[in-house]
Amino acid sequence: MKVNGVAQPAPADPRRLLSDHLRHDLGLTGTHVGCEHGVCGCCTVLFDGAPVRSCLMLAVQAEGHDVTTIEGLAASDEPLHPVQQAFHECHGLQCGFCTPGFVMSVVGLLHEHPDPTPEQVDEGISGNLCRCTGYASIRRAVRRAAELTQK
Amino acid sequence: MTTRWFGAKVQRVEDDRLLRGNGHFTDDIDDGALESVLVRSPFAHARINSIDVSAARALPGVSAVYLAADLPFGQTDLPILIPHPNLTHGRTQRCLASDVVRYVGEAVAFVVAENRYIAEDAADLVEVDYEPLPVVITPEASAAAEHLVHDDVPGNVAAEMIQDVGDVQSALAAAPHRKRLHLRFERGAASPMEARAVWARWSEPEHRLTVYDSTQSPTSIRGGLAVLFRLPESDVDVIAPDVGGGFGPKIMLFYPDELLVPFAAMRLGRPVKWTEDRQEHFTAVNQERGQVHEVEVGFDGDGRVLALDDDFIHDAGAYTPYGIILPIITAAQVPGPYRVPNYRVRFRDVYTNATPTSPYRGAGRPHACFAMERTLDAIAAELALDRIEVRRRNLIQSDQFPYEVGVAWQDGNRVIYDSGNYPALVERALQMLGPRPDGDHIGMGLSPYVEGTGVGPYEGAHVQVLVSGKVIAATGIPSQGQAHATAWAQIVADRLGVDVGDVEVTSGDTRKFQWGVGTFASRGAVTAGNAMAVAAGMVAEKAKHVAADFLEVDPADLELAGGAVRVKGSPDRGIPLAAVAVLANPMRYAFGGGTEAATQFTARPRPGPPLLEGQEPGLEATGYFSPVGSAWAAGCHAAYVRVDPKTFRLEILKYVVVHDCGRLINPLVVEGQIEGGVAQGIGGAFYERLAYDADGQLRNASFMEFLMPYATEIPEIEIDHIETPSPLNPLGIKGAGEAGVIPVGAVIASAVEEALGIPITEMPLSPLKLYELSQAQTS
Repeated sequence: MKVNGVAQPAPADPRRLLSDHLRHDLGLTGTHVGCEHGVCGCCTVLFDGAPVRSCLMLAVQAEGHDVTTIEGLAASDEPLHPVQQAFHECHGLQCGFCTPGFVMSVVGLLHEHPDPTPEQVDEGISGNLCRCTGYASIRRAVRRAAELTQK
Repeated sequence: MTTRWFGAKVQRVEDDRLLRGNGHFTDDIDDGALESVLVRSPFAHARINSIDVSAARALPGVSAVYLAADLPFGQTDLPILIPHPNLTHGRTQRCLASDVVRYVGEAVAFVVAENRYIAEDAADLVEVDYEPLPVVITPEASAAAEHLVHDDVPGNVAAEMIQDVGDVQSALAAAPHRKRLHLRFERGAASPMEARAVWARWSEPEHRLTVYDSTQSPTSIRGGLAVLFRLPESDVDVIAPDVGGGFGPKIMLFYPDELLVPFAAMRLGRPVKWTEDRQEHFTAVNQERGQVHEVEVGFDGDGRVLALDDDFIHDAGAYTPYGIILPIITAAQVPGPYRVPNYRVRFRDVYTNATPTSPYRGAGRPHACFAMERTLDAIAAELALDRIEVRRRNLIQSDQFPYEVGVAWQDGNRVIYDSGNYPALVERALQMLGPRPDGDHIGMGLSPYVEGTGVGPYEGAHVQVLVSGKVIAATGIPSQGQAHATAWAQIVADRLGVDVGDVEVTSGDTRKFQWGVGTFASRGAVTAGNAMAVAAGMVAEKAKHVAADFLEVDPADLELAGGAVRVKGSPDRGIPLAAVAVLANPMRYAFGGGTEAATQFTARPRPGPPLLEGQEPGLEATGYFSPVGSAWAAGCHAAYVRVDPKTFRLEILKYVVVHDCGRLINPLVVEGQIEGGVAQGIGGAFYERLAYDADGQLRNASFMEFLMPYATEIPEIEIDHIETPSPLNPLGIKGAGEAGVIPVGAVIASAVEEALGIPITEMPLSPLKLYELSQAQTS
């Protein structure tokens, strides 16, 4: 599989979850695990460009596919990705635990709907739980991300 | 001192690394750690006849399986954190149960293995022979005491406390009108997105224990580990790195894993980690809010409260590790922003076979607010008066501060409201709420509230200017997302005249600051924020003295601004703060970075010793702030809701918040706290319910069935502030962390009651609950 554009060897253990493989074998700890049953969305990554729950997949299922994690959006010496920048500007994060999952979902949302309606915004983030923000600032961040992306 | 940063909407300094996936949460740390799993009781109440760990120990890859008998502290009760004379029958669990389990999720064995997968396989092989015992699950059943949770606690009552203000019996007897209410509030769960985690390493050569813990109180954890393992505190480091939300339950100590993980790391000579999964979080992590209130109120024909008697039971859960702080807070906060001339409150803290309780955001207050607000609505209904008008007639007025309520507060003092303007909050909320929307089945709810914030005993801070001119600051309390690093930097930057970006804050790391209490009770800004101001102020004074010596001027003529210490009125006459940091440390050996300026043949000669009289080297200081009492924040929420009469779906049409937390450090951060608190309140009022069955099983221990709101359930919240500074601290601030959640249940209850015409006397509501209530009313 390719992770953030880099070819990676297959995981040794066939029952290893993709989320555990990313975090503990590849050291990509930006992908978080909040529930291990596919509801909270903290572990969202892009799988061939579309958001998926990495806690509901085995790592071996990713063989031959492209996985993008939060670390793959912007190198540490580069400016933030527009979605990351928008979350910063709009105070769209507090503890930051759910944030990578939200950011990956929003990247997927804006790919599908570059100028989303309010309903599409809610729909696009309705697979991610946040316990800190109350979502208002995240909605603002999605709209701001759409602006920044279109610039 | 100018206030360039204090009060400004400064964007957060902690965002960059969190957004890039470079945050540092406890489970992110591996470093060759063994992984561990706790075996937990599947029964709410049972005797343990035997535990067989032989198959688990034999599994390849398993390093150790520990039972209570394997622990040197296995027969020691965990501490009661806050003892109280009224807690006559306090009980705490042991690290691992070996005799009786008293709630589903109580730990009985600890498995350590090469990885999590093997540890979970081994945990499945642990055979425990349980003999089920009768289960007590509701607070009412506990009070009835048909069965006992602890054999040696008669009546299941851990504590009883009665407080009297005035003469309630006489006032009730003389009151023109009286009303009784039976009110019920169920348990809730804080559910931070990061469950709990602990990582520990013992270094034999350094004789040093290092623990990473997703805790709200690393300094207390460190103290406890030092006692338990008989180490000097200086040999124990506890770090709360990035913590993925706390909301109260992470202030608890000790959860069993917090002892077992360090113990195993010391025994096995390798780092050990434990990361909780979501299912066990639901039963193993403390909950809160279960209370049943019997209220009797006496009032006059204008709706003024003359006497209030509240007799409530508080669901302690299986143990009382946190003492009786929660019911004490409820008892103190029932009167809220209202004048209650005669008030009697009695509570009994009762054991149930459910997860222990300790503070969850709001901590005793949402239920107190619910009890009082439901009572005022009942008075309005009885007298056919406007609900708002009844509130206006009972509010404490702005010229009545300081206002003494007459009951005990959680810090050992009496409840005294320091400042506020409650009528202004209500009027502003009504103004923002605006006219009632058209349509049927629409209801309005409004609730003011108060919150005692910023309890002591103290917090401290260390501030240092480096020779680079950068500033580092540290405090003992950790952040769980409240933007401490930004807020503390704002406070320090103002006092040192530097850019907020030049201040780097570390919090919750005992290596950087070893004293302190914790992040809870909306106290961080009041205690640590003021400590930052004290420490930075000391550094500023020291900088002036060092610079005055160099510039040959009076320190009183100097100011700190633009990254320099300069003569007031002559901004070009000064010395950069970096150079002052160099001069503050007279030296023999230059080590680069401009430090040659402080060496013996370079520094300007003057008589006397190189270190000025009474001066310590380095441009640094440590300061503390210890409040004399709580700073009482307040606010008012109001909403219009619509309830579908067939599906009972709730639609929040408008939700407004007016908030007074004294002087705002950073409105961006405060509004984020409010929005998040309201969302949590809405979840607790209408969506989230811990569905315990009669056997004490939590039937919905997953995010599939415990319905935490998504974005689709939470409306936009309109927020405004008024600022009545607290006279009790130099910055004039009051806490803001919990306020958002406190009145939401009361607001939703009042609005739904009006929308449907059904009396609402319990929390949480749900479509099913409203359907049942409507059916009951029809029949």
